[in-house]
Amino acid sequence: MASVSVEQLAIRRGERLLFSGLDLKVSAGEAVALTGRNGAGKTSLLRAIAGLLRTEAGQVRFEGLDADDALHLIGHSDGLKPGRTAWEELRFQALWTGGTEASARQAAQGLDLERLLDLEVRRLSAGQRRRVALARLAASPRPLWLLDEPMAPLDAAHRASFGQFMAEHLKSGGMIVAAVHDPLPIAARTVEIGG
Amino acid sequence: MKALAVLFRRELSLAWGRGGGVLLALAFYACVTSLLPLASSPDPKVLSALAVGVAWLSLALSSLLSLERLFERDFEDGALDLLALGPAPLEAVAAVKCLAQWLATGAPLALAAPIAAIALGASPTLAPLLLVVALVGALAFAFVGGLGASLALGSRRGGLLVAVIVLPLFAPPVIFGGGALSSLAGGLDPKSGLLLLCAYTAAAVALSPIAMAAACRNALD
Repeated sequence: MASVSVEQLAIRRGERLLFSGLDLKVSAGEAVALTGRNGAGKTSLLRAIAGLLRTEAGQVRFEGLDADDALHLIGHSDGLKPGRTAWEELRFQALWTGGTEASARQAAQGLDLERLLDLEVRRLSAGQRRRVALARLAASPRPLWLLDEPMAPLDAAHRASFGQFMAEHLKSGGMIVAAVHDPLPIAARTVEIGG
Repeated sequence: MKALAVLFRRELSLAWGRGGGVLLALAFYACVTSLLPLASSPDPKVLSALAVGVAWLSLALSSLLSLERLFERDFEDGALDLLALGPAPLEAVAAVKCLAQWLATGAPLALAAPIAAIALGASPTLAPLLLVVALVGALAFAFVGGLGASLALGSRRGGLLVAVIVLPLFAPPVIFGGGALSSLAGGLDPKSGLLLLCAYTAAAVALSPIAMAAACRNALD
């Protein structure tokens, strides 16, 4: 069974040791909500799992997954270019991460983005931008989703539909690790960072 | 390869699109080359002697303008995370970005160089060689400039830092290209200067992406 294990992980940012000796295992079909005060290291943990951050000690192991296309990371910054249309950006993100144009269209439908696709990203609200970024998750299926405050700018209706979206991902054997301040709208194991 | 082609098209679109980077570089190029007659003698003999060198050096300076944005915007808006987690190694991503930068900005500047030189009084016989030197040199500027842009990632006053890092590295291609052009103007064979320029460009294309990728990883950390 596919899983991701974090073993005895320690992360230092500058002079400050954020945490050490952290163990975490996420298996197929499981969601983990990372909680903790601001600056506790939730985002750093997500980036370390993604391989973008050097760790002080410990390791991240992928089992039953191809590390090259195992994960999506949706961080605070969505990587969308203000001067391009939502469709151009969604299409690029889908094709870049292994999806197709058809899957990008389907993802846009799923996240209620169809009427926004011709608008430039600069014209979108924060919630709409976030939905374009989240559509990448559906446009190019990857088993592990690393989400940093994924629902912060979403309204109640879209939070609910994104919750359904996450539930379907878990049902199909996917894994989710999300840094959150508010509870996720799905069943998730909570791990407090820096507690 | 398909993913890199998609990235290449996007980079071209960003460079040519709404940002106006290419037009800005061309406008800067036109300003620098047209200031020369104001700063020196308006005597056609003086101008024609300087024309080719000015057209060539102005290209190097104009290339600098859009370099700061090569990685900085992707770094700030999170796109660099996405690129780093894509199917291609960061080295290939960096090379594709520099190639797109060359095609979008370097090539139009290279096309403008012979026109500017002739407008300043250079012999039209120098135009073909100037075009070749400018095209090859602009490729070197894009890759060496990309290296500077990646090293300056996340720093304050990045634009100034890019210039300080990059301008010394621009010296060899400026010298080699200038040597080829002055050889031809003096009736000599320009081959040696041109070959040295090509060798420098080949080295920049081969080695810079490795350093750019390392600098980007360091910035993302």
